[in-house]
Amino acid sequence: MANAVSVPPGMWVKCESCKEILYYKEVQDNLEVCPRCSHHFRMSAESRLSLLFDGASYRLLFQKVRSTDPLKFVDTKPYTERLRAYTAKNGPGDALLVARGAIGGHQAVVAAMQYRFMGGSMGSAVGEKMARAIERCLVRKTPLISVACSGGARMQEGVLSLMQMAKISAGLARLRDRGIPFISVLTDPTTGGVTASFAMLGDVNIAEPNALIGFAGPRVIEQTIRQTLPEGFQRSEFLVEHGMLDLVVPRHELKPTLVRCLNYFH
Amino acid sequence: MAAPTYPFMASIEELRTKLATLEASRATPADDTEVEAVRSALEREIERVFAGLTPWQRCQLARHPERPYTLDYIGGLMGEFTELHGDRLFGDDPAIVAGFALFDGEPVAVIGHQKGRTTAEKVRRNFGMPRPEGYRKALRVMKMAARFRRPVITFIDTPGAYPGLDAEERGQAEAIARNLEEMARLPVPIVVIVSGEGGSGGALALGVGDRIVMLEYAIYSVISPEGCAAILWKDQARAEEAAAALRLTAPDLLELGVVDEIVPEPPGGAQMNPPAVYASVATVLRRHLRELKRCKPEALTRRRYDKFRRMGRVVER
Repeated sequence: MANAVSVPPGMWVKCESCKEILYYKEVQDNLEVCPRCSHHFRMSAESRLSLLFDGASYRLLFQKVRSTDPLKFVDTKPYTERLRAYTAKNGPGDALLVARGAIGGHQAVVAAMQYRFMGGSMGSAVGEKMARAIERCLVRKTPLISVACSGGARMQEGVLSLMQMAKISAGLARLRDRGIPFISVLTDPTTGGVTASFAMLGDVNIAEPNALIGFAGPRVIEQTIRQTLPEGFQRSEFLVEHGMLDLVVPRHELKPTLVRCLNYFH
Repeated sequence: MAAPTYPFMASIEELRTKLATLEASRATPADDTEVEAVRSALEREIERVFAGLTPWQRCQLARHPERPYTLDYIGGLMGEFTELHGDRLFGDDPAIVAGFALFDGEPVAVIGHQKGRTTAEKVRRNFGMPRPEGYRKALRVMKMAARFRRPVITFIDTPGAYPGLDAEERGQAEAIARNLEEMARLPVPIVVIVSGEGGSGGALALGVGDRIVMLEYAIYSVISPEGCAAILWKDQARAEEAAAALRLTAPDLLELGVVDEIVPEPPGGAQMNPPAVYASVATVLRRHLRELKRCKPEALTRRRYDKFRRMGRVVER
């Protein structure tokens, strides 16, 4: 689950799509999109929040929420150690940053997933922060935007991770009943339990170009059907064609598109 | 009777076959004595084997080929079952059965994953792995139950949602997500019975309810032990270790606060005495439905939300 795609903090970076060696600053200034081939690099939750909020100004919420180790799970190392290591490296927040601020002048809450924290996997902390984000939006009647980037439910918290799908979806049912908008943004990759809960439940579902989006991962499907999958299968454009998404929007257009949605809803 | 079974069950199956043969042919009082001797030997053997049951053995019991499936439970618990077909959008998925029936003379909606017994039926029912149209059929029947104010009873028994190309094309993720959202707000009682394998999102898509009860040897997990082993150790053969790590047994789920109650199974598991299991499930179901019937729809959905809202373990620091 190591993050092979995001931009390392060096001077130069190689685009994994067109293989060009690029000056990192140039990629960064271009919203982490390859200036040659428009490949969308994976974005950190912090960069995402800066991209979306007016003046890159936002306030993080619920940053004290942490996962525990209810299963006492040990694979190649204990889960508690894993959590400690990821937190030491990435700071608090687990695999989801929730922030409030203004977007096109509208007060909004954004929940952006952090892929570099255990592959953006969803455990109790992600579920809890998402539930609190929803509850805050219910109380203050502010729209909610989620930015998914996740391999799915976090195995190390077992069935409790699975239950986060139900918990979040139950919250979204309340938002819908009260007419509070929820916009789902899907980025590369969005799979498993995250797709099968909030990522597919937006009033509007918007994806970045060529993002892998699905329930089962491509390798699992290939093993099941014993065939190679067709080119473009489970990519954003494929999902639009099959009626699962409203829009595929390049990163440069993402904020203006969200602002238009918020203008419409408000 | 003697279906191929798991090594840890072999001694039990042997005695069980012997007992059945003796019972069929007994003629003299001496035969009766022998029957009793074998019966108590079987009871002792079950007790011995089940005293040290491992999580992996519980997984095997949950997948036992003779274990009652949803249609068996419906037949054993309810009357006048009318099966309904199709999602009205694409097709009918035989991996999920849905319809209405009478339980204690009261109309209920009943929905569950369905596995097959024979090879042909297993294939037809896709080993109990639903496609999106299965979940959408389930939702259609649930919404109908809500319109006519009938409680919903679901049975969970699936290895998981079908990881196939067609299922992805038709929006497997969306179908599951939609069920989670809609079940959370359904204004009628929902009782969920985890009867066999609770395989991940494919199970949860029928699993949002006011009460969640679990059979003693059922399992419920975020991922199959095989899948977990393949990811963590790149080795499916280590499923046994994964089964222990995942904490997927009924006592685990009760402790983790995911299920409300464990329904005891007869000695040796549900397949040993299905009528006894139906009786136990009926008792539990009756009690929960009676309690839930007293709740107003708003209270019902509010408590259901609170129930799932509490799930998970976090700290703040």
